[in-house]
Amino acid sequence: MDGYLGGYAVVGLVLVAGVLFVTVSFGANRLLRPDRPTAQKLLTYECGVDPVGGGWAQSYVRYYVFTFLYVVFAVDAVFLFPWATVFDAPGFGLATLVEMFVFLGFVAVGILYAWRKGVLSWV
Amino acid sequence: MKTTAELIADDPLWLSIIKVVAIFAFGVVMTLFMIWLERRVVGRMQHRPGPNRVGPFGLLQSLADGLKLAFKEDIRPVVADKWVYFLAPIISAIPAFLAFSVIPFGPDVTMFGHHTALQLVDLPVGVLVILACSSLGVYGIVLSGWASGSPYPLLGSLRSAAQVISYEIAMGLSIVGVILRSHSLSTSDIVNAQEGGWYFWLLPVSFVVYAISMVGETNRAPFDLPEAESELVGGFHTEYSSLKFALFFLAEYVNMVVVSALATTLFLGGWRAPWPLSAIDGGVLNTGWWPILWFVGKTFFFLFVFVWLRGTLPRLRYDQFMRLGWKVLVPVSLVWIVLIAASNALWNTPGVTTGQRLIFFGVGIVVLLVFALLLPDKRVADDEEFVPVTGSGYPLPPLDLSVPKSPPRRRLPAAPEPAEREMEPAAVAAADKETGDGSL
Repeated sequence: MDGYLGGYAVVGLVLVAGVLFVTVSFGANRLLRPDRPTAQKLLTYECGVDPVGGGWAQSYVRYYVFTFLYVVFAVDAVFLFPWATVFDAPGFGLATLVEMFVFLGFVAVGILYAWRKGVLSWV
Repeated sequence: MKTTAELIADDPLWLSIIKVVAIFAFGVVMTLFMIWLERRVVGRMQHRPGPNRVGPFGLLQSLADGLKLAFKEDIRPVVADKWVYFLAPIISAIPAFLAFSVIPFGPDVTMFGHHTALQLVDLPVGVLVILACSSLGVYGIVLSGWASGSPYPLLGSLRSAAQVISYEIAMGLSIVGVILRSHSLSTSDIVNAQEGGWYFWLLPVSFVVYAISMVGETNRAPFDLPEAESELVGGFHTEYSSLKFALFFLAEYVNMVVVSALATTLFLGGWRAPWPLSAIDGGVLNTGWWPILWFVGKTFFFLFVFVWLRGTLPRLRYDQFMRLGWKVLVPVSLVWIVLIAASNALWNTPGVTTGQRLIFFGVGIVVLLVFALLLPDKRVADDEEFVPVTGSGYPLPPLDLSVPKSPPRRRLPAAPEPAEREMEPAAVAAADKETGDGSL
């Protein structure tokens, strides 16, 4: 369990233990539970009335534009995390700081643009 | 003196397996205990006893409920997507446990004759692992809602997707604040860096943003929109039953424990003893097995706040919730990051006088003011006809709907007046008739 990837092997151990945990509990559940399905039971729940049409209804996803903003900020975070560990280490200096501020400025323009466009409010 | 990472790397396999089992036991026991605690505390807040039948003080109630769920029939709707429906609860439960692997429960101890640290693994990117696990858990919710083939779960999963996307950003940005000070993504390094002072008062803005976004991230009240009982029946788990339903519950509570443990690690000094206790006998309470006590105590503080919030606040409306995330938390975090990065760099630069630092801060404040002035104002309706309802254009009847004043009712006029009024036209007509007759 040493070396750079050794740590990840231990995380993999947790994953294996998790799969084991789920397998055992589902196995026990399968053996213990009753299984008497009827047509009525297998309908989807619709507050007491019979469901009309399929479940995968078309619905308007409000805030779908947020996913674009999310991508912007996820990329932002990818650059921010490593920068945050070294930004004031010796040898990096003011240029490192200002460069990141310029980058954050661009990201902020993104959210300001969305704000101005009214994307962030309920339509 | 070895670092924590080196210490843990020396663990033999059997010790790692013991720690993995301990992590699972911790997660499951905390879940059972938290469900009981939540029901008791919320019961107390609502003047009712809560569960008190099974075991002393009803402590075994959640165990009984869990066992009962395992004995229940498992119903899968015919329209559901079989495999995705089956995998979704597993996808949401396993990453919750995975996140525990990098949480430092305590410093160096001797366990079964082996010198090690109370932490399963100390990855150099520990915080990112936890963020990744919490993102993976969302897949479980989104896929469960989609695979059920039913409108309520579908709506719940859509809400969950938008919600977690928004609050993940705020959470990540608040963690950047911590890393700007600790210069490391490893959780044990972050705890070590807090020896001089805990980050919750060194980085108050980051702490507040994290505390809000951790409630949003775990779908807990007042941000429990994906499973809003009064709107979506049960949200994403409406169609689930038996053990799969229990797994969703397990995932939710383990996630709560994980974000609380992360909050403890990042902001409350991790396993460090609180101040008056840490001074006793040269810090003896910060060594050995004692730190587990402080760690669990601080984690329970956050867990209690979760329950407290649930007992106190009503659920936010969806648009209010998104507005808080994008218009408040994200901009505030961005400005805060710039602020602490600049001040940190300024303090660490040699040869800068206090006067120059003050000038820099003055410039910073001016820039902030300009930024604040550039923000678009709230649009004020200058139309006289516009009746403000609830503060937003949400397409529902407003809750504070005021009934418009009824128009002033015409008093029943006194008897002679209508007689006169009716007389007048009639008299005019009669007069016309007369003149007409006269002209003819």
